[in-house]
Amino acid sequence: MHLALFIIFAGLCVAGALNLLLQRHPINSALSLIVVMSSLAVLYLLLGAEFLAAAQVIVYSGAIMVLFTFVIMLLNAGKEERTHGSRLAYIAGFPGAAALLGLLTYIFLSHSATFGQARLGEYLATTDDISRVLFRDLLLPFEVTSVLILIAILGAVALARKEH
Amino acid sequence: MVPIAYYLVLSAVLFSIGVAAFLIKRNIITVFMSIELMLNAVNLAFIAFSRQWSQTTGHLQVNGQIFVFFVMVVAAAEAAVGLAIIIAVFRARNTLNVDQIDLMKL
Repeated sequence: MHLALFIIFAGLCVAGALNLLLQRHPINSALSLIVVMSSLAVLYLLLGAEFLAAAQVIVYSGAIMVLFTFVIMLLNAGKEERTHGSRLAYIAGFPGAAALLGLLTYIFLSHSATFGQARLGEYLATTDDISRVLFRDLLLPFEVTSVLILIAILGAVALARKEH
Repeated sequence: MVPIAYYLVLSAVLFSIGVAAFLIKRNIITVFMSIELMLNAVNLAFIAFSRQWSQTTGHLQVNGQIFVFFVMVVAAAEAAVGLAIIIAVFRARNTLNVDQIDLMKL
């Protein structure tokens, strides 16, 4: 059951990410990114992070992606023209990314036994557990992030304002 | 039962696709979206390691999930500011192609 759910939603994740890579219209890329983020929320749920699964749907596939689609429509972004990027990206970037993927996959799979197996329904982190740590041990960082959000709102308004 | 290593491999795959999209894409909004994809891949790795740490110690550990919470907060702030910068760039240069935004290039 767990393995079947993992395979379905991991497949959806990878398919969505590849679709983001291959589509040429930004709105198609944005919609496939929503698919990736929503299936990641299911994977968080499978790993027992129920609060973060809800936050992923609300914050990422809700708020952030709505902002993205809104900006795409506001700027009336059309199909991107395929120009050749920098040569350094092709020479160093893709082999680097492929080497990183190969190395990480090799390390994770060869140490698979030490990572252990995830069983469905064990170690469920409820909102209660998370807030206990967040509001007792990490109250100051939590309050500092509220200042960060406030500054980000002010910065966004100041940057996007029309100049007279 | 699924080995936690599978989740970590999935996170590595998503991160690499994000890197490739960041290099290939020429539209500034899509480049920005591939950064979000990479952030999501890292979040998945954090949650998988948090689960592994819980199993190693034998009782629930939420430190990795707290990390993801803060990454989400910072990503939301970053998306708001980044999209505002994209709107400002579009107003000034009237293009979204990253190849044509090269004022600081030597």
